[in-house]
Amino acid sequence: MIELNPFVIFFAAIFTNNMILSNFLGMCSFIAVSKEIPTSLGLGQAVTFVLTFTTILNYLIYHHILVPLGLEYLRFIVFIVSIAAFVQLLEMIVERYFPNLYYALGIFLPLITVNCAILGVSLFMVIREYTFLQSLGFGIGSGIGWTLAIVAMAGIRQRLREDSIPKGLQGPGITLIITGLMALAFVGFSGIVQIQ
Amino acid sequence: MANSKKIIKDGLWDDNPIFRQVIGICSALAVTNLMLNSLIMGLGLMFVTAFSELTVSLIRKFTPKHIRMMVQVLIISVYVIILDIFLKAYYPEMSKALGPYVGLIITNCIIMGRCEAFAQNNSPLPSFLDGLASGAGYTFVLLLVAFFRELLGFGTIFGYPVLGDSWTNWTIMIMPPGAFFILAIIIWVARSLSPEEKKEGGTI
Repeated sequence: MIELNPFVIFFAAIFTNNMILSNFLGMCSFIAVSKEIPTSLGLGQAVTFVLTFTTILNYLIYHHILVPLGLEYLRFIVFIVSIAAFVQLLEMIVERYFPNLYYALGIFLPLITVNCAILGVSLFMVIREYTFLQSLGFGIGSGIGWTLAIVAMAGIRQRLREDSIPKGLQGPGITLIITGLMALAFVGFSGIVQIQ
Repeated sequence: MANSKKIIKDGLWDDNPIFRQVIGICSALAVTNLMLNSLIMGLGLMFVTAFSELTVSLIRKFTPKHIRMMVQVLIISVYVIILDIFLKAYYPEMSKALGPYVGLIITNCIIMGRCEAFAQNNSPLPSFLDGLASGAGYTFVLLLVAFFRELLGFGTIFGYPVLGDSWTNWTIMIMPPGAFFILAIIIWVARSLSPEEKKEGGTI
């Protein structure tokens, strides 16, 4: 496997291997929450934050606890539990010490546990055998890429509100079509860098 | 058995997880570039949903209310691990092709949703049936999306060439945008065919 610079992975995770537009992860909340820019920005920030730290946490757990003990097959359970525990802990800390931030992000935090992008990044990290720094770049980049996609989507949907859309296509249908067009635009980046 | 008939019909069409409730589409889109992948993924999800619902329903009377989500996630994870080990042992190539998406069945909202909405309040047998029906509804849409993507993208169905050599492959169908467009069209058609809007809340 070729050693990729963590910065290359960081940019690839934003543009060429965007979590939503090329790996389809985090679609559920992407479609449900992308109605207004402020809320999607809030969710995006929360996802980026959690993604960064859970990737680090899961990297350490996987390589320093599970691999030495030969328990790799337990990774699904361990990852999801560590993500849920981290989100719970974060919620308590933020509520106690940063009340303003809690009001801004509070409602999104529980949603994040079931966001496929979080678990997906941890699983990709294991499958692609990233080193620590590569995982870090991948985690932060994926979060920023996700935020970029959901905020762009919210901006487009705000403009669409007044337009007349065919009945059956309203809601999820038209959202998927716009996502498809955005994915098509992002395909244009794919010449820059490619990660597997 | 009119009740079980209704459960099956709900899962397959009236309450189809993908084009009615629009949940669980993360994995629906990622694996649908080939029909075989979609079939295996669908069967896997059916297995996990059915047995998770059965287990959740069996222990529903002993599960404290406030930690039930955690318990459900753990039950689901156990079945996903079984599925993952099974695929690795008997179909290593398929396991590689599906990659992380097998593990991502855990966060598939369909299973959590059905456990919470159905298995929590129903006896084991109907819950098991409900899991099978929801899983089948998911598989059905997955295969439908994969059918168009593989046919237009590779000119094949289940790997058998059907369109002949003169067919020019539509590369866009194999790439992510194709998945979004096909699923959007399927949702459009399905919602136009039976336009009652009873489940509209929440997702829009």
